[in-house]
Amino acid sequence: MLEPASSSSGGAALLVALLLIPLVGAIVVAFLRDNDRLAKQVALGFSIVEFVVMVISWISYDPSGARMQQAFSVDWIPTLGVHLSFGIDGIALVMIAALALLVPVIIGAGWTDKLPADRSAGAFLSLILLQQAITVGAFAATDVFVFYVLFEVMLIPMYFLIGQYGGARRQYAAVKFFLYSFLGGMIMLASAIGAYVQAADTLGEGTFDWATLVQVVSNAPLENQIWIFLGFFLAFAVKAPLVPLHTWLPDAAAEAPITVSVILIGVLDKVGTFGFLRYLLPMTPDASKTLAPLVLIMGVAGVIYGALLATGQRDMKRLLAYVSIAHFGFIALGIFAFSAQSETGAVSYMLNHSISTGMLILVVGMVIARGGSSLIADYGGLAKITPALAGVFLVAGLASLSLPGTNSFISEFLVLVGSYGNEPVYTIIATVGMIFAALYILWLYQRIFHGPVRGNALVDVTGGPGTAIAPEVGARKAILDLSGREKLVLAPLLVLVLGIGFYPKPVLDVITPTVDATLSSVGISDGGN
Amino acid sequence: MSSTFLLAKAQEVQEASGAAGSAWLLIAFPLLGAAVLLFGGKATNAWGHLLGCATVIASFVYGAILFFASTGLPEEERVQNLHVFDWIPVGQLQVDFGLRIDPLSISFVLLITGVGALIHIYSIGYMADDPDRRRFFGYFNLFVAAMLILVLGNSFVSLYLGWEGVGLASYLLIGWYTNRPSAATAAKKAFLMNRVGDVGLAIAIFILFAELGTTQYTEVFANLDQLSPASITAITILLLLGACGKSGQVPLQAWLPDAMEGPTPVSALIHAATMVTAGVYLVARANPIYMMSEDGRLVVTLVGAVTLLVGSIIGCAYDDIKKVLAYSTVSQIGYMMLAVGLGPFGFALGIMHLLTHGFFKAGLFLGAGSVMHAMNDDVDMRRYGGLWRVMPITFATFGLGYLALIGIPPFSGFFSKDAIIEAAFGAEGWRGWVFGGAALLGAFLTAFYMTRLMFMTFFGKKRWEELKSEDGRDYHPHEAKPVMWVPMAVLAIGSIGAGWFFSSGERLAAWLSPTLGELQEAEHTAIPHSLVPILTVVLSVLGVLLAWLVVGRRDVPVVKPEPVSFPVRAARRDLYGNALNEALVARPGTWLTRALVYVDNKGVDGLVNGIAAGFGGSSGRLRRMQTGFVRSYAASMLAGSILVLIAFLAVRYA
Repeated sequence: MLEPASSSSGGAALLVALLLIPLVGAIVVAFLRDNDRLAKQVALGFSIVEFVVMVISWISYDPSGARMQQAFSVDWIPTLGVHLSFGIDGIALVMIAALALLVPVIIGAGWTDKLPADRSAGAFLSLILLQQAITVGAFAATDVFVFYVLFEVMLIPMYFLIGQYGGARRQYAAVKFFLYSFLGGMIMLASAIGAYVQAADTLGEGTFDWATLVQVVSNAPLENQIWIFLGFFLAFAVKAPLVPLHTWLPDAAAEAPITVSVILIGVLDKVGTFGFLRYLLPMTPDASKTLAPLVLIMGVAGVIYGALLATGQRDMKRLLAYVSIAHFGFIALGIFAFSAQSETGAVSYMLNHSISTGMLILVVGMVIARGGSSLIADYGGLAKITPALAGVFLVAGLASLSLPGTNSFISEFLVLVGSYGNEPVYTIIATVGMIFAALYILWLYQRIFHGPVRGNALVDVTGGPGTAIAPEVGARKAILDLSGREKLVLAPLLVLVLGIGFYPKPVLDVITPTVDATLSSVGISDGGN
Repeated sequence: MSSTFLLAKAQEVQEASGAAGSAWLLIAFPLLGAAVLLFGGKATNAWGHLLGCATVIASFVYGAILFFASTGLPEEERVQNLHVFDWIPVGQLQVDFGLRIDPLSISFVLLITGVGALIHIYSIGYMADDPDRRRFFGYFNLFVAAMLILVLGNSFVSLYLGWEGVGLASYLLIGWYTNRPSAATAAKKAFLMNRVGDVGLAIAIFILFAELGTTQYTEVFANLDQLSPASITAITILLLLGACGKSGQVPLQAWLPDAMEGPTPVSALIHAATMVTAGVYLVARANPIYMMSEDGRLVVTLVGAVTLLVGSIIGCAYDDIKKVLAYSTVSQIGYMMLAVGLGPFGFALGIMHLLTHGFFKAGLFLGAGSVMHAMNDDVDMRRYGGLWRVMPITFATFGLGYLALIGIPPFSGFFSKDAIIEAAFGAEGWRGWVFGGAALLGAFLTAFYMTRLMFMTFFGKKRWEELKSEDGRDYHPHEAKPVMWVPMAVLAIGSIGAGWFFSSGERLAAWLSPTLGELQEAEHTAIPHSLVPILTVVLSVLGVLLAWLVVGRRDVPVVKPEPVSFPVRAARRDLYGNALNEALVARPGTWLTRALVYVDNKGVDGLVNGIAAGFGGSSGRLRRMQTGFVRSYAASMLAGSILVLIAFLAVRYA
């Protein structure tokens, strides 16, 4: 039934499994809405199997082999030249890996979360697994039309995850999220059709095959490339998100359940930067180079703007959203500085951000679960009650400010050191962002964890939100340090933060060849100089 | 000239063998200690402090073995390189995790692990009552490991790893007393001001990679001739910015006095003897680059001269014993910076002063800690007085450190500081007068503020007899336990002998020459060579006399006298350094942030909502409408997708 595509190097079964396991899981779990406990166990089981298959897929991926591996293709709409074709390169692999890592982690982290009264764990987890299946598909698609469909369909589970399981303003946030992304996607469709027409003009027959479109469109006149570029770019820049298209993210992050935020910020948003690398650079190399200053300005503006806004936030979840906006600025800088180091840095940033920011969101969630408030001012001196939580919070925070020795340093350093040669001015401005990163993280840590125990999240007092009180005024609420389950959930992330920080070679080796291929399509070989 | 001489040297780098071949063990011991103590939890409480000391002592012993192995080698084989593993390999960028074992790094290893071990032992006693003592030793071990990476790394990137690693340890330890909000603020301030410097260091690394394609010392130093003069000057200034952050030099000096919020052993090890001298290390390590830029060296010298004066002026005004010592550190590092800015005339002298200072300043801080322990953790010298009778050992060891610091012969500071002052007078033209004059004036001020400290603490009336500490307890000063005073005594021996030992026959300068080049002496000096030591000693004695006139011969008021003259007021306010930071950075930053938060909520977001509302009427109605629209759209899209899927499966498998 499934004939391997010509570029395949075997192992298509692995990729099929990666796509189908979460899909089947979603269907099975959807039928377990009456038994929350069983639903969680089954969902966790599926996500762990997916993780194991991902590990096998990673091991069998040959960095020096073909561009698209484990590939397969099935006809879908032959008259339009649409095929259900999938395959992975080094970039798609690390993103699928990040997702496969985070899904079991968030299922474990959310094990005891209370859902809204009329909702079941089965429905919630079914949406999570469905989200995973669709997102894996978006990363693995090698047909532009299939990618577009999955890019749009991806919104649906997330819309329900935010809109049905979120906080007080969840409807507003979900709608805003949906409209931004959906409209971006529509414009992308126009560009995808433009590319199809370009192919029809050149080859006499339209196609949506990624490799063919890369061939055709990259040789198209600059003007055509620019139109195609802009459509894709807008969709990706909303998703990534780049300033000033970012305003949906703080609302979505503030309202979404913590575990959903991990997936949204940790992986889904990276479909945007993934799109820069997979579609913009290879398909429209001339337009990419011409319009690079636009992206660089948006990226560097995001680094500074996101950091300043993060500093000014009162709500931890919104703060995390702005932190990520700053981080996406770094990724955009790395991609559009066109050097081997900056590009590899950007891709590893996508993975490392999933790990370190994922961890930070989770520990913030653990704080909120204890205090029942996401307002920073409701806390103080928590380190006294929960020293272990304070410790992992600090590690996650230090990873977010890219302290050397953590995974994020490797990526941020590569982005900056690689960008400087081509774009010194933007690089220097982005480097200044390092100072702000230290400010918002350490200030957050100080306000929540340092000093005497205080704040009405931690102490029983009457008074409005943010009441700062002396410890003797009220009794401390009964708050416990990290549970065994929480430690188990955080342990793999902690190991990866430090492990990749000191020995990133296995990750870099997988990424570099795909980055080199991407760069050579823009006409650059081993950049940086 | 001397620069080509240095370049020739830089190429003679041996692959490490023998004892040096396992030099990574130096770092592994304390790193393992930190991991066990920080992840081991309460199970390690009983013996954690002993493990913490043992790892540092093990590194010291290994460092000593390396030292003796190195002295046995011919001079040209003493610079060795050790590849440990590939750290960040991407295309042209190949960053090793590698070590450079040479006289400079071995000197630092001995200082860090030697003084470090003593202060670890002292901390067993000092932190005995702290329930988190085990975690303290974990952080302390982490610091030692990071500091060793900083000095042993063989590239600017591994230096950066250690550089921010020590910053982290410093942050954790300044904020140790979590009950005090001031401690948390000081910790954050230290980290932030260091990051300002780190941006400079980072950009310097970017330039090196962009222009030379490498960041490893050996390769960078061998290819410096490919850099344009403008790049060289930019790199020297950017590295200096990093050095200013780490070493508390003007204009990034304001964090170091605040860092005294940390426990006193931390002040001794991190904020006096080792970490804060990393800036001097950086300039000395990058000496081939600084050799190529006279402007760069001049800026280093200027920063050093200004800082040594600023530090010593402010030191005269404080009543807090640790802050006086902190500003003294700022000022003494100023001397070191001044020295390394003099290039071949001063690299080795800066390092010599760094080493002697490491001993006597660590000793002074440990002495101050002993006094604080005796005085219910009070740091206000106005409440001290007459303590020499009560704590004679502390007085004796502190006194020896004091004599070393103010440069009275034959104590160690005399040899190292006098050499710098002489070299400063040797600079060309007006520079000789300005730098020499500043260094001499600094010596006078140093003698004044340190003598003031001695009088207020150890002599005069026992003012504490009639006072109670803030928590309402009486003062019962007592001598420290042996676990604390023995390290103080060992450091005091260093205060006596180290300077003479290093300088006789230019022993240290000769040992360092494979890394720093030969120490040169200026032919013409602003004032004759032989006159400088005499002038230095005379000015120091004058400083002592002035302190006696102002402080020593009358009673010290317990309450700070007000109002005071403008210079005293300015000095008490850190010469307005903090006020300047506040006005130029903190307040505008706060305003900007508030404005942006407002704009992002009302402006950018409002614009989007507003445009949407323009199409759909009032925004409230729009929201309801959108909600309905999106939900039904999403649902129908989901249904559609499922239908497509079913249809597809049906067609394929029918």
